[in-house]
Amino acid sequence: MKANERLFTISVSPHLTTEEDVKKIMWNTVISLIPPAAFGIYIFGLYSLLLIITSVVFSVLTEAVFLKARNKNWRQCFDGSAVITGILLALTLPPKFPLWGIAIGAAFAISFGKQIFGGIGQNIFNPALVGRAFLMAAFPVESTTWTAPKGVDTFTGATPLANWKFNHIMTPYKDLFLGNISGSLGETSVIAILIGGAFLLYKRYIDWRLPLSYVGTVFILGGIFWLINPHKYPDPLFHILAGGLMLGAVYMITDMVTSPITPRGRVIYGIIAGVFVILIRLFAGYPEGVMFSILLVNMIRPWIDRAIKPNILGEVKK
Amino acid sequence: MNKFTFRGGVHPPYNKITSNKKIEALPLPEVLYVPLSQHAGKPAKPLVKRGDVVKKGQKIGEADGFISANIHAPTSGKVKSIMEHPHPVFLENVPTVIIEADGDDTWFDGYGERKDWQERTREEIINDVKEAGIVGLGGAAFPSHVKLSPPPEKKIDTVIINGAECEPYLTADDRLMQERPEDMLWGARLIKRAVGAEKVYIAIEDNKPEAINSIQDALREFDDIELRVVKTKYPEGAEKQLIKALTGREVPRGGLPMDVGCLVHNAGTSIAIYEAVRFGKPLIERVLTLSGSGAQGKGNYLVRIGTQFSYIVEKTGGTSGDIKKIIMGGPMMGISQYSLDVPVIKGTSGILLFTSKEVKFHEPYPCIRCSRCVSVCPMGLLPLILVDLVKYGRLEIAKEQYGLLDCIECGSCAYICPSHIPHVQWIKYGKSELRRKK
Repeated sequence: MKANERLFTISVSPHLTTEEDVKKIMWNTVISLIPPAAFGIYIFGLYSLLLIITSVVFSVLTEAVFLKARNKNWRQCFDGSAVITGILLALTLPPKFPLWGIAIGAAFAISFGKQIFGGIGQNIFNPALVGRAFLMAAFPVESTTWTAPKGVDTFTGATPLANWKFNHIMTPYKDLFLGNISGSLGETSVIAILIGGAFLLYKRYIDWRLPLSYVGTVFILGGIFWLINPHKYPDPLFHILAGGLMLGAVYMITDMVTSPITPRGRVIYGIIAGVFVILIRLFAGYPEGVMFSILLVNMIRPWIDRAIKPNILGEVKK
Repeated sequence: MNKFTFRGGVHPPYNKITSNKKIEALPLPEVLYVPLSQHAGKPAKPLVKRGDVVKKGQKIGEADGFISANIHAPTSGKVKSIMEHPHPVFLENVPTVIIEADGDDTWFDGYGERKDWQERTREEIINDVKEAGIVGLGGAAFPSHVKLSPPPEKKIDTVIINGAECEPYLTADDRLMQERPEDMLWGARLIKRAVGAEKVYIAIEDNKPEAINSIQDALREFDDIELRVVKTKYPEGAEKQLIKALTGREVPRGGLPMDVGCLVHNAGTSIAIYEAVRFGKPLIERVLTLSGSGAQGKGNYLVRIGTQFSYIVEKTGGTSGDIKKIIMGGPMMGISQYSLDVPVIKGTSGILLFTSKEVKFHEPYPCIRCSRCVSVCPMGLLPLILVDLVKYGRLEIAKEQYGLLDCIECGSCAYICPSHIPHVQWIKYGKSELRRKK
């Protein structure tokens, strides 16, 4: 070989890669969160926007500090994943939650929900829900003080689920669907959430199996209880429209990092989570069970991934 | 028409920019570099020494054992030396016969049309293929006579001629099917006779309408052969995936196509077999695609085995732009080259000159478990788990519970990964570590 000859780069195949990367996925997911966030700001007022911004700022800040401390590239805090956690946390909280409270929650979500496991991709639990659960335990009063939307004349501001559970008042379906009701910042409007979900499906960022098996299980199991005793239990349509089920089904149970990797595993995962929702809503002390249902299946997920594997081509069928 | 396909796979940009470029024979180079190892299995044993005069098509390397293949002189001339020379597959230099062409290109005595070629028996066909040193021209270069001689208990009922050519950029098989459909079908018929099969399918991806038309026309004379249009999806042309798509049969894990009564030969191989049986022509030349944004003379060329890549590039107008990567084969499974001073071997289906237009260097990001690798894996494996297991040295678990050895290294996972994790690199490493520990 000639001494001055130029040598070319070698690497293992393939030599082509897709244009998509993690950053694009994360920032597009942020875009998908705009409809429910915007609707929340619209009905609950500008304070909600402040809440979201505070949450995002503290999420990203915490991410940067931890990355720096772990000797990683701190600029990874801008990959969009911490922004998603920040927005999601805000969307699950009451619209008048104190700013200092959400700052603590966001820092907790990123640190204890994500970074201590090893950062992006390593966490067992959905970070936003870790933050939400922490705030619920640390600040129970602030976490359950609801406000009615602007221009809606109610004296309690109780959520539809709480109204059903404690006051035996049913909210009309139309209000549940459109979202002109009391509840967490981003959970009230089913339609806004579905728009964001449609975008995620179109982008193929979420697997339809997860929301469908989750919501479907709540519908069927809720329906069974309703048929057993329609006076005691709410109807299945109410179950799926009220509370945070849709928000959880579109944005949380679908979280790539914390959900199973196989199609069959995802269906099982969604069903188990759906069962938890009904059990908590109907038989536990809380009116809402979405948050705990997802944290609980997060815990089961490694086991599902170990047990459920796709058939390898040419495997001897038993 | 029904379109056949398999589960999983990806859709990389196909860039079949040379599919309308006629096959062009390149002028003979002055020096040819013919490695004694161009096939799966043991290298051939040299039959010539320095200073020997050889004729075109003369055997210069003898197959060493059953899984090996003969090597022939690509032209007439003199053996300059037999020495270690760079090779496009192996990172180290390998024994190579270097031939100085005399320019006359005179055939060896055994070359010429055989009167009885259409009636040749199964044993004769297999022997012709063996003598001609034919190997799979799709890239893997497995000796063809071995595939034609399954043990008696393995009955082959279906022959598949693989014209899927699912690798982006490559159009050599496409062109051969457009320009020489009868020859290819004759090859298919001879293969069928050699293994006593009942059915022959020609599989072509639906992004090659010209080739499909040409084969369809030619098929009027071949009522024993059927055309099967398959969906354009990578890796449609992978052996196990193609068999599954066309017959619904699954090659058992660790098994071979013959275990399910199938035999797959590449379209180009089929023509080589036809030429070997009809003319006694050894495999001394092949059609390859030169492409990529760095190639001036993009096209399909008929070149002698042993022609240096650099000669081909030079004769076709050179390079354009800043070449970042040179690939032998397709971009999905091809082998990158550190230099252009390597020869064309029997398995060289293409030479791609990539500039920064095609080549992007990415720093891998942590896996976010998006599972795209799982949904595209045509073997039903869990690439993200395999990478972790190999990384942490848990090779036995990777092999026993996660099918490490079932991976066909098609690269669909690494292609689709938004974190740009080099799955294939980890998996290859894992496999080699397993071999080393045995």
